[in-house]
Amino acid sequence: MGDMAELKKELLKDVDLAEQLLGRERPIRTEVEIRGKITRSMVEEISRIKKEPDWMRRLRLRSLELFYKLPWPKWLTGIEVLDLDEMVYYAKPETERAASWDELPKEIREYYERLGLPELEARFLAGLVGVFDSETVYARIKKYLEEKGVIVLPMEEAVQKYPDLVKRYFMRIFPPSDHKFAALHGALWSGGTFIYVPPGVKIREPIESFFLIGRSGEGQFEHSLIIADEGAYVEWIEGCSAPRLSRFSFHDGMVEAYAHRNATVKIITVQNWSKDVINLNNKRAIAEEGARVDWVEGSIGSKLTYVYPSTVLRGDNSATRSAVVTIAKGPYLKDSGSKVIHVGRNTRSQIINKTISADGGINVYRGIVRVVRGARNATANVECESLILDDKSKAHTYPHNQVDEPTASVNHEATTGRLTEEQLFYLTSRGLTEDEAKSLIVLGFLEDVLRELPFEYATVLTKVVQLEFSEYGAFG
Amino acid sequence: MGLEVVNLTAKVGDKVVLRNVNLKVDYGEIHVIMGPNGSGKSSLAYVIMGREIYEVLEGDILLDGESIKDLPPEERALKGLFLAQQDPPQVPGVRLSSLIITYTNKRLGAQDLTRPKDPKVIKRMYEVATKLGLPKEILQREVNVGFSGGEKKRSEIMQAILFEPKIVIFDEPDSGLDIDGLRIVADYIRSLKESGKGVLLITHYARLLGYVKPDRVTVLLDGRVAATGGPELAQLVEEKGYAYLKAKLAKEKGSISA
Ligand SMILES: Nc1ncnc2c1ncn2[C@@H]1O[C@H](COP(=O)(O)OP(=O)(O)O)[C@@H](O)[C@H]1O
Ligand SMILES: [Mg+2]
Repeated sequence: MGDMAELKKELLKDVDLAEQLLGRERPIRTEVEIRGKITRSMVEEISRIKKEPDWMRRLRLRSLELFYKLPWPKWLTGIEVLDLDEMVYYAKPETERAASWDELPKEIREYYERLGLPELEARFLAGLVGVFDSETVYARIKKYLEEKGVIVLPMEEAVQKYPDLVKRYFMRIFPPSDHKFAALHGALWSGGTFIYVPPGVKIREPIESFFLIGRSGEGQFEHSLIIADEGAYVEWIEGCSAPRLSRFSFHDGMVEAYAHRNATVKIITVQNWSKDVINLNNKRAIAEEGARVDWVEGSIGSKLTYVYPSTVLRGDNSATRSAVVTIAKGPYLKDSGSKVIHVGRNTRSQIINKTISADGGINVYRGIVRVVRGARNATANVECESLILDDKSKAHTYPHNQVDEPTASVNHEATTGRLTEEQLFYLTSRGLTEDEAKSLIVLGFLEDVLRELPFEYATVLTKVVQLEFSEYGAFG
Repeated sequence: MGLEVVNLTAKVGDKVVLRNVNLKVDYGEIHVIMGPNGSGKSSLAYVIMGREIYEVLEGDILLDGESIKDLPPEERALKGLFLAQQDPPQVPGVRLSSLIITYTNKRLGAQDLTRPKDPKVIKRMYEVATKLGLPKEILQREVNVGFSGGEKKRSEIMQAILFEPKIVIFDEPDSGLDIDGLRIVADYIRSLKESGKGVLLITHYARLLGYVKPDRVTVLLDGRVAATGGPELAQLVEEKGYAYLKAKLAKEKGSISA
């Protein structure tokens, strides 16, 4: 594959945003490393290392069978660049889980420090969990959460300590049979965060999990499960990044969320993988009666991204809002789209999708709204806005609505804005460089979504956009 | 000193729009460019400002004696040139206030262009807007989106005032403006002259010239300088029209070659 070599060369000369922040890959000592062909014994070994109960081991093996059996998903194009027989599928860094930053090995701590996480944690978060490669290396939550009965744990530990609770939800919201790589995830999952908020408990400070991929040719399969019991409120922030790698790594993570009656779950993702990560996300939530699930996704980094935050509005009067922003600047693809299934009556959904394509980047929207029969008076509003900054770049919108309920109302609006030579000249004639002009336009385009984010994250995203459109971030 | 256009020939697409144009704008001076539709007036403004789709084939553009011909538009702007456009484009998503804050920050050399480096700029933009008869809300609207013709013209003037340039190029600031608007533009042009700034005023009609007295007048025909002179030239054009001027020039030329 000559193309591949070309592509790799291209990628290496490109300076990316994650690289500016985290630099290039540095050697990290590992205690255990499992690589090569995906086999039953590999899966068994991961399960053994984690000293898992039998039900989980069986869930993994069932998933593996499905992985073998299921066809390659048609929508998943481009991930052939990964050599699935060559990757590191499990890597445990040589460190015990730390509850303070200085317990971490210097090389790992440095990454988190460069991301500004210790400071963010102190000022803003109710808890922080750090996953490095395949394992949780850092976890600390504020005391008051424990006192209220809130559980925040690395996924593995939750499997050990609260098996009955975990079993009720784990891959039941997003089953391994969904597609081939959901199945692979089920077989190989490692790392991730478990959050359970008891009835009536409302946590106003967000809890954050940060996922780092630290090596080339790695697969990361973290699994997070967020459960808000009746009337509870929880806000979870998920961040991801990686230093610049020398070979593609693969992220095949999963987020499952469950909002019980009248509960609210809000999930915010800031994805800034380096440009050599192939990023596949499996995200799904279920909302019971009167519950609410909100997704905000800021997708900046990665080579290829597939992300479709999905909500099943199972209960009457449940609601969801999903705002997805994707930036494809350079030879990258962002394939996104929120999905909502209206089952309950008077359910409401709002989908906002904003894409920015520049320097040859491609954005694809593939959202779905389904209203099943009996979901009386369901309403869905979909708004897709594409911003294209030059002639080399593209945006495609393929909305899909399937409405089987006559009383439902589904609205779809799509607009495409293209930066014109006149606009660019106008702004540069006011003293702005082309990049500054573009970043002004992009920030304006994102203004309403940025306003929804907690201040700290809006600031981070603003800076990221400016960097992305500065001369250092430019693809050239 | 000031702005100097030397033997400028330029094209856009396949069309040569300026041919061997010479002109000067000194500080404290108002230089009026006149000419019929399609004579190359806007092209001249764009080429001076460095719009990339125009290619300079010959000649030079000097600001304070230094060539700016090869500089991108933003560097020309930062050196003190400002172009108030004839029909400025819409920029959806960008608020007028954000644009003003961003370019003010840029001029002040701020690192972060989004938050005002000098907080006074906010107060000042509202003051200027009010003075120009613009509704305050316009600052929160998207640049030129849904602006009326008059609002666009006023917004360009407002931006010029807030930009504090040394040389302002006005491309037909008067077309489609009511009498109040005309006075406002005229007042600003006079104040620029009084404070020692240079003005290149492109105007199709002499209407505005009832309010501002030009120091020099240049008439463009088909991309060439057809005539230069003082206010009396504008008067002539106003009274007799371009056709007359064209015929007169042809006759003179004929009599020379005869
Ligand atoms: N992008 C372009 N491509 C080709 N010709 C153009 C372009 N822009 C302007 N022109 C032509 O150049 C000539 C001068 O136009 P312009 O400078 O706008 O004249 P004015 O401002 O005096 O009305 C006109 O004939 C116009 O049609
Ligand atoms: Mg014109």
